Amino acid sequence: MTTPSSTSAGLTVDVANARPRFRPWRVVGGTIIAIILLQVVVFLVTNERLEWDVVAQYLFDPTVLSGLAMTIFLTIVGMVIGSVLGTVIAAGQLSDFAPVRWICQLYVGIFRGIPPLVQLIFWFNLAYLVPRITIGVPFGPELYSWSANDLISPLTAAIIGLSLHEGAYMSEIVRSGILAVDPGQRDAAKAMGFSGRQTFMRVVLPQSMRVIIPPTGSQFIALLKGTSLVSVIAMGDLLHSVQVIYNRTYQVVPLLLVAVVWYLFVVTLLTMGQRRIERYFGRGYDRAATTAPRTGSIRTMLTGAVPLPEPAGGRGVGRGRRTTKGDRR
Amino acid sequence: MSASNTESRTVLEALGVTKRFGETLALDGVDLSVSEGDVVAILGPSGSGKSTLVRCLHQLESIDGGAMYLDGELLGFEEHRGGIRPRSDRQIERQRRQMGMVFQQFNLFPHWSVLRNITEAPVKVHGVPMAEARARALELLDRVGLADKADAHPRQLSGGQQQRVAIARAVAPNPRVILFDEPTSALDPELVDEVLAVMKSLASTGITMVVVTHEMAFAREVADRCVFMAGGRVIEEGASAEFFTQPRTERLRSFLSRYSEGQREGEEVQA
Repeated sequence: MTTPSSTSAGLTVDVANARPRFRPWRVVGGTIIAIILLQVVVFLVTNERLEWDVVAQYLFDPTVLSGLAMTIFLTIVGMVIGSVLGTVIAAGQLSDFAPVRWICQLYVGIFRGIPPLVQLIFWFNLAYLVPRITIGVPFGPELYSWSANDLISPLTAAIIGLSLHEGAYMSEIVRSGILAVDPGQRDAAKAMGFSGRQTFMRVVLPQSMRVIIPPTGSQFIALLKGTSLVSVIAMGDLLHSVQVIYNRTYQVVPLLLVAVVWYLFVVTLLTMGQRRIERYFGRGYDRAATTAPRTGSIRTMLTGAVPLPEPAGGRGVGRGRRTTKGDRR
Repeated sequence: MSASNTESRTVLEALGVTKRFGETLALDGVDLSVSEGDVVAILGPSGSGKSTLVRCLHQLESIDGGAMYLDGELLGFEEHRGGIRPRSDRQIERQRRQMGMVFQQFNLFPHWSVLRNITEAPVKVHGVPMAEARARALELLDRVGLADKADAHPRQLSGGQQQRVAIARAVAPNPRVILFDEPTSALDPELVDEVLAVMKSLASTGITMVVVTHEMAFAREVADRCVFMAGGRVIEEGASAEFFTQPRTERLRSFLSRYSEGQREGEEVQA
């Protein structure tokens, strides 16, 4: 298939035998990046004020680990409640009954508009505004009644504040996902006699997931970091737990590094999980599942060329892309 | 065409149906009657209201006037205290289940396998046991020539194959009538024939079909009756044989002649 062709000069040419091109500016750029990275590493290793021994000492401290557990718990609870709430609000925003649309838009407007820190403090102080929380007939007799002071602990204030805030953001993400689904899909589902709920749950929502997952991953990470806000209402999250320690020992920087290490660790895990979920919901969209070639070697970066695969069983770096070469005409 | 058709009862009927999109009158008092076992082709220029009509018949669009009946039952509305009112969503879903629809853009569900695309409605909507639905789906796939594609995903198929799956999906729940909304218009020319062949064999099984199409040869050969629409109205209708050879209105005559010229031009361009 790849028969050599002749140029006017009579030379036999086959681009498969081409040498990589040398690109001098990439060498310059690469050198600058290497120097900066080296300096950062030297700073991190040699600066004694970072006190890495203290970091190591407190990394697995029970107080820190329980703070980490609370941070993860709040993130998951906030995300689950926020996602369910967001899906309902998104469906409501697309309702054909105008009052439902208005109330859902109002919800998003309010809870996306107020900073989460303000919301947390507000919910924590709810008892001042509403001393008793009552379930009963509107303007009629009451059935159950609780003191707001008993009901609103730092934990419930944190869960309410984070979930409502998250719900507003998730509803916008879910709404964009729903709008991204071809209207023909809804027509087809209705045409087959699916109910509105079946159409939404079986046809629209699974397909919108492909669009919903990536921003939801970012949202998950934002919420994980956002939980650090609850330390202001004395909720024992990761940040609060290291604060408790450094208020006692005055080792502020190393203990903040302990928190940084854990935040980065969990965020990395979440990112990896997100990639897996993206692949799952992307099924049915790629005609043939091909893995992207890894082009990360230093040589590739400098020359901009994907190394040629070695003939048989070679450890060629760019194989995924190369294998199709012979199939094309 | 045959004598038995004149005796058979009306399955689907539209009486004076009107539909407005804002200021435009998309359907302007359309009458249509489809007898059991008939294949009715709806022809006409773009924007004549053909697609709107079948979408209204399947209640994917609401109508603004007139009435539609399936087996004598009023579609979308019910009698109430001496007048009529819209039916409940459940009632409308029940009525939709008695009809099937094939779309121009296929509209298969890309997140499900071909098999699940076909079995989902019988199982989840009609309550057919999974094993039975599966057997029927495989039989239908065999009939449309795609027995080996049961586990494929729709996007791995060509347009023609997708449309054949969509036809199998519409047939699976045994609907009273199947509506086709320009089923070959989105296909590459070389894929049109395989879909028309499937529709032709489907027509021979005696199922009632309403087909909006630009395929004159198909309408002439397969349809029992043809309906010509323009400007949201039915201009002319009749048995296929006379419809093409002895058009009664000037409008249809010019449409047919322009269309055959267009066909020839198209062929020349391609050649």
